[in-house]
Amino acid sequence: MSAAGERGVEAAVGLGAPRAAPKLLAPSPHHALFWLGAVLLGAALVVGLRLIGNEYGYFAGYFILQYIVLSSAWNILGGYAGYVNFGAAGFMAAGAYTAIALRKAFGLDLLPGIVAAGFVTGLLGLGTGYLTLRLRGVFFSIATLCLAVVLQTLIVNWDYVGGSRGAYIVRPREVPPFVSYGEYMFVVMLMLAILAVGISRTVELSRLGRGLQAIRDNERAAEAVGVPTLRLKLIATTLCGVLMGVAGAPLPYYSGYLNPEAAFSLAYAVNAIAMPLIGGAGSWLGPVIGAVLLGGLQQAATVTISSALNLWIVGWMLVIFVALFPRGIIGWFRRRA
Amino acid sequence: MSAALQATDPAPLLRAEKVGKRFGGFVALAEVDLVLRPGERLGLIGPNGSGKSTFVNCISGDFAQHDGSVTLAGAKLDGLKPHARARRGLARTFQLPQPFGSLTVLENVRVPLLFGGHAAEATERAMACLEQVELAAKATKLPRELTQVEQRRLELARAIALHPQLLIADEAMAGLSHAEVDQILALLLRLNAAGTAVIMIEHIMRAVTEFSERLIVFVAGRKIADGAPREVLAMPEVEGAYLGKQ
Repeated sequence: MSAAGERGVEAAVGLGAPRAAPKLLAPSPHHALFWLGAVLLGAALVVGLRLIGNEYGYFAGYFILQYIVLSSAWNILGGYAGYVNFGAAGFMAAGAYTAIALRKAFGLDLLPGIVAAGFVTGLLGLGTGYLTLRLRGVFFSIATLCLAVVLQTLIVNWDYVGGSRGAYIVRPREVPPFVSYGEYMFVVMLMLAILAVGISRTVELSRLGRGLQAIRDNERAAEAVGVPTLRLKLIATTLCGVLMGVAGAPLPYYSGYLNPEAAFSLAYAVNAIAMPLIGGAGSWLGPVIGAVLLGGLQQAATVTISSALNLWIVGWMLVIFVALFPRGIIGWFRRRA
Repeated sequence: MSAALQATDPAPLLRAEKVGKRFGGFVALAEVDLVLRPGERLGLIGPNGSGKSTFVNCISGDFAQHDGSVTLAGAKLDGLKPHARARRGLARTFQLPQPFGSLTVLENVRVPLLFGGHAAEATERAMACLEQVELAAKATKLPRELTQVEQRRLELARAIALHPQLLIADEAMAGLSHAEVDQILALLLRLNAAGTAVIMIEHIMRAVTEFSERLIVFVAGRKIADGAPREVLAMPEVEGAYLGKQ
């Protein structure tokens, strides 16, 4: 367009005299406040659990935090972009087995193992996205489910990481300055959870998040108004892969033993979806609420009744919420507000 | 600007050469040529199934694979995805409004600005676009709270936000009342007066004839007429296509 033409359009849309938008429409992200609050809350949890002095507290805390990471990761692709990933267990197990393989090959400890697992599962997410993101709806979901099955078959037949027998990691008795190994694992997962929620929140409030929401609402229209849909979805699958992988990397260190059946457990795939849906998918806070609620309930059921009831509880909660609160807890509160 | 343009005219805005599309053995569009000047108002009509929307989808990139080639302001568009074409100044609206349902009206218009290099001033520019289509008062509403004509205006605001050189309005007035058609017409004329070329695909003949400087008629995937609206509408082939051969 000529310069005159451009000026004409600018004048036509009134760009010469910009007006301030209503404040409620320009939310301030308050990033520094969020990170400060998250670190303070984390520190309070560590101090609180140390004061209680019960190892089970660390165990239950790790369990819930692990699901905060996993469901926040799922939410980036499933909640923001609307692409439902059934392969969460596959990514998580890929992270866990990356940590095991690197431990065995190079003697890498937990923290470098987590970084490496994030790198590997990030690449896995990117590759999976590239191969599957031309699929939409249920076809994409089935493809991610297939990925988990393929990965499980690979691991079962990979003797180096224990194959179907599983792999052991000897847990150290002490990890100074932590009072116990349980506290150490809890703090590691706490830091990962803060990081995952922070990344999820940053994505939601960013240009990337807006683009993903546009894709979720109407992918064709998003393309038509200049949103590079494939690139954004690839970023989302990569981020999702990284975070699911880092959620899984500490798993063998946490339990001391891991076999494919446990690593690819249906519980991970189901919880990764159920927690954001119950808390409120599409919002960074939803998966946190869902993980605390469902994870807490499952822990309560485990110690009071039986761990076999876990998925039964998740199933019922999911049915109740989908029927009565389809937008999750966050959505329900927003509607009332 | 009533005469049809020749392919040899200097610096056309849009040049489509032998654009065609097949679905299996069915030829939906057969070697259509089109040249459009900057700032031109072109009406594109034809019976249902004549290939109008197929042609638009080839131009906008919705159909990645098609025969022929398309250039916009001298730059080849072939192989580019719709978002890349949008960034080069090609905007389109859809037959049925396709808003981002979970985003407010303002956020709907901010999306093209966020990805079009105006992230810093996206809110101000989006509000300006909404004022242009008289939707500023509904900036905080969700699309489902808008009337049919307001949803059409929202589509236009989103297109305006792209600073288009060319806007393709695909049945932007379908289902609207007489007065609402006039509102959309006025909007399109204002946008065109500011320098944007417009291709209007429409079944409402009053709107097409009022708006267009040039009219093209498609029948069965072929262009059968191209010229001034009065002349084109008087052609026996066009009359035959709409009313049946005598």
